Amino acid sequence: MNKGIKKDTGFGIAHLILFISIAVLVIFVAWPVLLILFNAFFVNGAFNAADFYAVLREPETYQALLNSLFIAGMTTIGSTIVGTFFAWLVTRTDLPYKTFMKSLFLVPFMLPSFIGALAWKMLLSPNSGYINKFLMDLFSLEEPVFNIYSYYGISAVEVMYLFPFVFIQVCGALERMDPTLEESARISGAGLFTITRKITIPLVLPSILSGALLIMLYSMAHFGTVAVLGIEQGIYNIPTLIYEKIHQSGGSFESIRTGTVLSTVLVVSAAVIIWAQQKILSRGHYQIIGGKSFRPMELKLRGLRWPLLIFCLAYIGFTIVLPTVIIFMVGAVDTYGLPLTWENMSLNNYKYILTEYEVTKDAIFNSVSLGLVAALITMFAGVMISYVIVKMKVRGKGILEFLGMLPFSVPGSVIALGVILAWSGQFGINLYNSVWIILVAYIARYMAFSLKANSAALEQVHDSLMEASRSCGATMWQSLKDIVIPLVRPGMISAFFLIFLPALRELTVSIMLYAPTTRTIGVAIYTLNEDGETVMSTALAGIALILIVVGQTLINRFTKKAGE
Amino acid sequence: MENIITVEGVFKAYGEHKVHEGLDLDIHKGECFTLLGPSGCGKTVLIRLIAGHEVPDQGKICIDNTVVADSGSGAYIPPERRGLGVVFQDYAVWPHMTVYENIAYPLKMEKRAKKEIDELVMRMIDIVGMKGMEKRLPSELSGGQQQRVALARALVADPSVMLLDEPLSNLDANLREEMRFEIKALQRKFGITVMYVTHDQEVALAISDRIAIMDSHGKIRQIGDPYEIFEKPADLFVFKFMGIANFLNITEKDGKFFVGSGSQEVPYAGPEKKAAQYVVGFRPSDVAIMRKPEGKCLKGVIQRASYLGTTMDYAINIDGEVLRTEVVTHEAISQDLMFKDGEECYISFRALHWFDSAQLKEVEEL
Repeated sequence: MNKGIKKDTGFGIAHLILFISIAVLVIFVAWPVLLILFNAFFVNGAFNAADFYAVLREPETYQALLNSLFIAGMTTIGSTIVGTFFAWLVTRTDLPYKTFMKSLFLVPFMLPSFIGALAWKMLLSPNSGYINKFLMDLFSLEEPVFNIYSYYGISAVEVMYLFPFVFIQVCGALERMDPTLEESARISGAGLFTITRKITIPLVLPSILSGALLIMLYSMAHFGTVAVLGIEQGIYNIPTLIYEKIHQSGGSFESIRTGTVLSTVLVVSAAVIIWAQQKILSRGHYQIIGGKSFRPMELKLRGLRWPLLIFCLAYIGFTIVLPTVIIFMVGAVDTYGLPLTWENMSLNNYKYILTEYEVTKDAIFNSVSLGLVAALITMFAGVMISYVIVKMKVRGKGILEFLGMLPFSVPGSVIALGVILAWSGQFGINLYNSVWIILVAYIARYMAFSLKANSAALEQVHDSLMEASRSCGATMWQSLKDIVIPLVRPGMISAFFLIFLPALRELTVSIMLYAPTTRTIGVAIYTLNEDGETVMSTALAGIALILIVVGQTLINRFTKKAGE
Repeated sequence: MENIITVEGVFKAYGEHKVHEGLDLDIHKGECFTLLGPSGCGKTVLIRLIAGHEVPDQGKICIDNTVVADSGSGAYIPPERRGLGVVFQDYAVWPHMTVYENIAYPLKMEKRAKKEIDELVMRMIDIVGMKGMEKRLPSELSGGQQQRVALARALVADPSVMLLDEPLSNLDANLREEMRFEIKALQRKFGITVMYVTHDQEVALAISDRIAIMDSHGKIRQIGDPYEIFEKPADLFVFKFMGIANFLNITEKDGKFFVGSGSQEVPYAGPEKKAAQYVVGFRPSDVAIMRKPEGKCLKGVIQRASYLGTTMDYAINIDGEVLRTEVVTHEAISQDLMFKDGEECYISFRALHWFDSAQLKEVEEL
């Protein structure tokens, strides 16, 4: 037994960690958001709500608000129908090759939707789209059949790449639902239709709604698809209008002001949506769905088995394979517009953008290094913050819990604008036009992923494991090093990849923050396309797809190993 | 008797929920002390306070004559410097370390020489019967084996006190019985003080030198050796907590005591303490059933006879009061005690405890 009394040793350290955690969240997330709110409501240092409404009533902003709502609404409805239908098909029917089909439906998650939008632009643009041209030639039509530059076109493309949000949630719920609930209804004499309507749907509804709200949130704040397909026709949503304003005026007071007002609308809608989602998920209904996996009853599709499988494959072929193939083919032709024949295609473009073209070489280097550094920093910060939230008992933790929720509800374009306000020199540090401002924004943007992965991992580590090591003579730091860190390592690594991969293809944030030498892959693809360098842009998109697929495969392999 | 742990006037609350309100407790050097109480009574909180994973709101805790927590002076010694061995309810064996690494950890923290660590760990592995499994990970061990690793880890650094928090509650019945004797044997072998926390009175009776009974409000009702606790319960709570209890209502008339509303007088010594209304308590094993009256006894009627294989279970009605008792079947056959429903019988008691019936209500509300 060591003699001697030391006063409250553990507490100083606990408070230090708490303080650092709060500081990280405040500096990277809360401060930029507060600046946005301040700039939205205060004019010349005085509170001015009337001006806030005035900005909202300007035809341009008003239209962007409506567009955001309309596109998000259509995307949500479409994705919910598609996602729920396919989820039901792969969990509750005897569709052939169900497990394989299930993994196919998750592929759209990997594809950046702005690259998808680029592909659809090449396929379905009114005048030069390959499908339109093909159909016009085939039936000698005067007018193009499809116009992708429309609300419907934009929503359709978003549905293609967003429906997995609903698909995953509903699959999970249908798989975990206790089949005895349905069986007992069947024993009581209910038919399949009644069971579905009265038992299954009410039980799965919270999952459907929660997935739908996720899509709503994502779509309202979504930049890429609308930017690629909408700007040409003057269709703006909130994020693209913010970008356009800031970009065109070079950061004038007026544009910043409009930006902050629109951002405030986004933040508030995001908060409402997240609140609604939490509410739905915590409702009593959901508890009937346990954590165990059961073998649910399957509907016999009989004669429809193979036609439905062909339908699913056709859907995948049309929404995933076709756009991807087009990207690689167009990336290979010498000049955009040439027919897609073997004679016109070569690997020259790919070689050029990888070895000679400064813009794309820079972009790849920037994206990879930004991704690595942001992932590393955010991973470590996330472990620390999650540790305080999940494990520590210190006063003042409530502030951190609130701050920890913040990254989840702040859309990318809001973060970008906030970062411009906070780090452009008004407060002593000017990172504008440097790569650091993108890094700062990435940290804020991906903190939510890190917090989620690390909290989940930490919740698996029972408190008694750490208490046991303390009682074995280890100090708090030693226990963290020997027990906690090794046990949450899988969570940390998954947080790393959860940040690195999306950062690799990031567009929304970096498009607002880039300077000529600090383009990321996403920015380079987008700007090259805007500048009419369609072939180069598409070739780079192809390279990005390869990077993403390779990265994803590596993660899958790794996480499988960790799970064994 | 020298005290190794003293707890003085400890208060601990979580928000509105008051767990301990002025708790005092002494644990003697070298004894096996059990804190026994229903779940949720604050036993685990007390063990955590002693181990240093919680800090008392008020009060003082000393281990080995050293103040480890004192609200008055603000003193607090962190868990790693209290020199205790702790075994947790869920074992808390580290899943990423082998059996060997788990047990060696406390010695590594003391920065002992590698050779010494190796010797001590291998000896400990041998003592807990885990030889040949030192390279296994906890996921490859059964619950009982993980339990042994946890015990070995708590003992390896030769602590002066070992705290055990319901260490057997996750084991199956057979293993539980086996392990409790092993814990006792280990305690004797190492001559250390053990503080054991449980809600299982059988374990407590089997291993303890002294038992403290704690009620649901965290108040200690009685401290004594197993015999005192079982045979001389201080109050109704202790009596009820230590096993299945039967109660008969008693009416007092002119200083005499009758069973229920009837006219049979209780043929034993009356209560020591005065009360408005009395009940008598006894355990099923304290009841003897007879066909013919013999000595001091009461007359009753078999209300329900149930054959349970090895035993016969009888519900007996004595003037409106019902009690239950069991007779081993083969004894019942050899001694003509196979009763049928409605038959007359006679009852005598080997032990009878008098209680205030107001207390019965109070205890039932606990």
